[in-house]
Amino acid sequence: MKVLLSWLREFAPDIDGDPVELGETLSALGLAVEEMDILGEGLGDIVVARVLDLNPHPDADRIQLVSVDAGDGEALQVCCGAFNMAVGDLIPFAPIGTTMPNGMEIARRQMRGEWSNGMCCSADEIGLGADSDGIMILNQLIGDGAAADAPLGAPIVDVLGLEGDVLWDLEVNANRPDALSVAGVARDLAAALGVDFSFPEYPALAAGTALASVEIVDPTLCGRFLAVVLRNVTVGSSPAWLVQRLEALGQRSINNVVDISNYVMLELGQPNHTYDLNLVPDGRLRVRRAAEGETITTLDDVDRTLVATDGVIANADDVAIGIAGVMGGASTEISEATTDVLLEMAWWDPPSISRTVKRLQLRSEASSRYQRGADWGDNMDRALRRFVQLLGEMGAVADPGVIDERGTTPDRTPMTVCSAKVNGLLGTDLSAEDMAGHLRAIGFEATVDGDDLLVTVPTWRWDTATETDIAEEVARMYGYANIVRTVPRGEQAGGLTEYQADRRRVREVLCGLGYDEAQPLPFLAPGDLERCGLPDDGIVLTNPLDAEESVLRTSLLPGQLKAIAYNQSHRNGRIELFEIGHVYLPSADDQELPDEREYLAIALAGSEAPAAVAALHALSTALALPNLQLREGAQPGLHPTRSASVVIAGRERGVVGEVDPAVAGAYGVEGRVAWLQIDLGEVLSGPHGKRSYDRVSKFPSSDIDLAFSVPDTVTAASVEGSIRKAGGALLVRAELFDVYRGPGVADDARSLAYRMRFQAPDRTLTDDEVAAVRQAIIDQVQSKNQATLR
Amino acid sequence: MDLNPQDLLAEAAAAADAATTLDQIQAVTGQFLGKKGQLSEAKKQLGALDPEARKAAGQELNETRQRLQDLLDARRLVLQSAERAAQLEGERLDLTERLTELQRGHLHLVTQARDRLEDVFVGMGYHVAEGPEVETAWYNFEALNIPEWHPARGSFDTIFVEMGEPESVMLRSHTSPVQIRTMENQEPPIYIVAPGRTFRTDTADATHLPAFNQIEGLVVDRGVTMGDLAGTIDAFVKAFFGGEVKSRLRPSYFPFTEPSAEFDISRADGSWLELGGCGMVHPNVLRNCGIDPDIWQGFAFGFGIDRLAVMRYQLDDIRELVNNDVRFLRQF
Repeated sequence: MKVLLSWLREFAPDIDGDPVELGETLSALGLAVEEMDILGEGLGDIVVARVLDLNPHPDADRIQLVSVDAGDGEALQVCCGAFNMAVGDLIPFAPIGTTMPNGMEIARRQMRGEWSNGMCCSADEIGLGADSDGIMILNQLIGDGAAADAPLGAPIVDVLGLEGDVLWDLEVNANRPDALSVAGVARDLAAALGVDFSFPEYPALAAGTALASVEIVDPTLCGRFLAVVLRNVTVGSSPAWLVQRLEALGQRSINNVVDISNYVMLELGQPNHTYDLNLVPDGRLRVRRAAEGETITTLDDVDRTLVATDGVIANADDVAIGIAGVMGGASTEISEATTDVLLEMAWWDPPSISRTVKRLQLRSEASSRYQRGADWGDNMDRALRRFVQLLGEMGAVADPGVIDERGTTPDRTPMTVCSAKVNGLLGTDLSAEDMAGHLRAIGFEATVDGDDLLVTVPTWRWDTATETDIAEEVARMYGYANIVRTVPRGEQAGGLTEYQADRRRVREVLCGLGYDEAQPLPFLAPGDLERCGLPDDGIVLTNPLDAEESVLRTSLLPGQLKAIAYNQSHRNGRIELFEIGHVYLPSADDQELPDEREYLAIALAGSEAPAAVAALHALSTALALPNLQLREGAQPGLHPTRSASVVIAGRERGVVGEVDPAVAGAYGVEGRVAWLQIDLGEVLSGPHGKRSYDRVSKFPSSDIDLAFSVPDTVTAASVEGSIRKAGGALLVRAELFDVYRGPGVADDARSLAYRMRFQAPDRTLTDDEVAAVRQAIIDQVQSKNQATLR
Repeated sequence: MDLNPQDLLAEAAAAADAATTLDQIQAVTGQFLGKKGQLSEAKKQLGALDPEARKAAGQELNETRQRLQDLLDARRLVLQSAERAAQLEGERLDLTERLTELQRGHLHLVTQARDRLEDVFVGMGYHVAEGPEVETAWYNFEALNIPEWHPARGSFDTIFVEMGEPESVMLRSHTSPVQIRTMENQEPPIYIVAPGRTFRTDTADATHLPAFNQIEGLVVDRGVTMGDLAGTIDAFVKAFFGGEVKSRLRPSYFPFTEPSAEFDISRADGSWLELGGCGMVHPNVLRNCGIDPDIWQGFAFGFGIDRLAVMRYQLDDIRELVNNDVRFLRQF
């Protein structure tokens, strides 16, 4: 909502002060200043000039030669790209040496061989409106009479009365329908500054029997409907002052009837609608809910189908001629032929309007006010009088008789507010009388009864209905900045959960291994999962911004492959990434939400499967995972002979190996990618982290190396299992240190060489003991793994 | 006794000086102090002397032996030192030749910011709560006092998913659903922060992402006031941004808090920067979670994590946070 200081002063003449400080006051009231513009600032050098002559440029079509008098009686030649002025017009003129608001400096220069001694200005160029199409014609704007009095060479800020005017663009929250009007902002600001606020008196309307009539069929839709008939209307242009104000607030001028409608809405916050009376049979209106499937052509010439929750205004034949509070119908639109106008000022049920606006996606200045709850009280009568006054200045005459039909309006029974509760919520120590004072300043009725207040909420605060709402108003007027700052007295120890702490540990371990944390968006393109060899069962977004981001991921693989491809395409080296993020798996039919899980993935470009297995073991050590096993077998999307499922404590928790070269290729990834993905949520929620102390032996140890020829069908894990089983308690370490294929080993086998260390906690092992356990290991490995000692 | 100590010492000194390696000095040592050296020979002859003369001659022999020993030791030390110096010189390395680089990994910038925020709040006595990113309308809107018709719903630019009734399931548009889930499952007093990913229908550009990260705080306790809210915000701001940074609250509107506020932090140039929203938990929200608003009061606050990272490092394009270019990731 934009407001002008000069306009605010029509309601509170004593509003005064430094524009920046006034802006701070507005912000502190909850009317945040998004932009402030001091009108006329930097325009001191722009003066009024008269167009003396217009001539074509001898050597250019798009510019003409304008001869102006800027007050010294001399004719100055100016090259100008606009053609909208006539000889005799008064225009804003920037003489040589002027610095324009945009920083441009006006200098004498040649354009296609002709000298230009200054610049004729458009409204846009001097920050006085959006119009950049033509030069601002001052005599049209302020009237020929006033223009005749304007001395040539006078600063235009004086001529236009801009001196000291300030434009604020305010952010108005959804609970402040009243502040979507100049008067409403003035009320708040006046209260904060402690100056008087009042509405001007607009001429009363004559009583009588109205020729038109309104029937409210559904009182829950329409709380109040005021109407009056205006005759002798001439649809035409609006006076300059009105156009100037509308433009300052961001509204373009259309014609006098539309402009006044907008003006009254901006000034008093009351949306309104005009019908061509002669297109409304008998001047009869019926306010009701739409029939399901009922159709109407709206002002924008769109045919719209309505539903039973929409509100409509229908004519005597019960044909809808407008969508209540949202948009009028085309059939009764004001045109240049209109002479009689039926003017509507209504109050609509906010939820009803909101539903229709949302369904039809029809937002407007009017509907946004109705949605938040307009004023159903005296302001409606005031707005009606104001409209009639303004159109009356252009010759229109109101028929006697104002129609005032009532439906259901919000309950405004005075409520009891406990001052102790308000203080208890705010942390303040205000008396009931202090609170009442703050509330009265913004139009609430408040009487004090001991520690309680009896409060009646004004009709312009639809959203305000509870004790807490009242507390907010008290806080707002008292000033948030004045509330003494404390901290809660509750004594609690904070902390991370075990899960959160472990997750951090995982991240740190992976960083220690040299991997960088990547966080791709969790959205996939259709087909991404299929390209990964995964089921195409990702949950689909209803309203994606981009088809490429329309599916929720069920695996971290596509995102990581895209990240690798991105980095490879930028020739980045050592692409070793990890990610911890949510995946969204399809859930059982009886579940409201997806089966959402937190996964961990590691993707190592240029590495083979063992690198990922090594990372898994590092993690396993860091988290003390119990009984980690790899179950060999092809995994979707992974290299069929280089992948395994990760089994922890007997449960499958993920996959490890290498990405299928075809999948990597489909994502434009070059080379191999070692891959690990585990369900981190399950792993960290399951048993882990259990560590026990083994006393470090002080006795000597013996090392033995053994190499076995093992068929390819038998896993190293199996061989290692046999070694550990036979080695028993004396085997303190067994590690694979060499894998050999070639001469000396059968074609379908390889040699696995292990280094073992034997040690007892309580004695030095004898040679016999070591020899015995060595033989036991050889026997066990050979008998269980079709292996032979080499 | 036909041994002349002076001659012997002179002879030994000459031999020691002639030795240029440890092996040679060893040989010289053997020659003069070994069993076949002149000194040993002279010692053997001592027995033939009378006791008086034997004592004097023995003493002289011992002195000579000691001096020989010192002389040879000194030479050995010199040679040892030279040998060590030569060996070490041979091992000279140019330490600026860096063939192998140890590579550490890097936590994502958002993770770093999030961890730091969590740590500040943990220090202030909060726990960290989390919740699902896909939510029902109840958790994302209704329980938060945003009924189906409410205009505020439109302002959330919600991304819906194809589950259940139309617009009944969505990607959470804020972290506030975690408030509801926490209050449903935990008796007050409650002191939590809830960081996590949130979603809006914002096309990715230099300043927007459709998925971004927020952190939200919730306190529910007896007698918690708006003064406590303002004080908590201020304590956090000072802990996170530094003691010189000030905070202020301005009236605002959120359906789930009343009174509501925006909170700003001061910048070095004296201007204010809007950081997030906050307010006293709306009684309807407490009621929706089965908490009696006549007994318990609470406050909540929330703001963007990504934005903090963008501000801190003056990123000119927020999309870097999701591009995962390692040249970006490794800068932090």
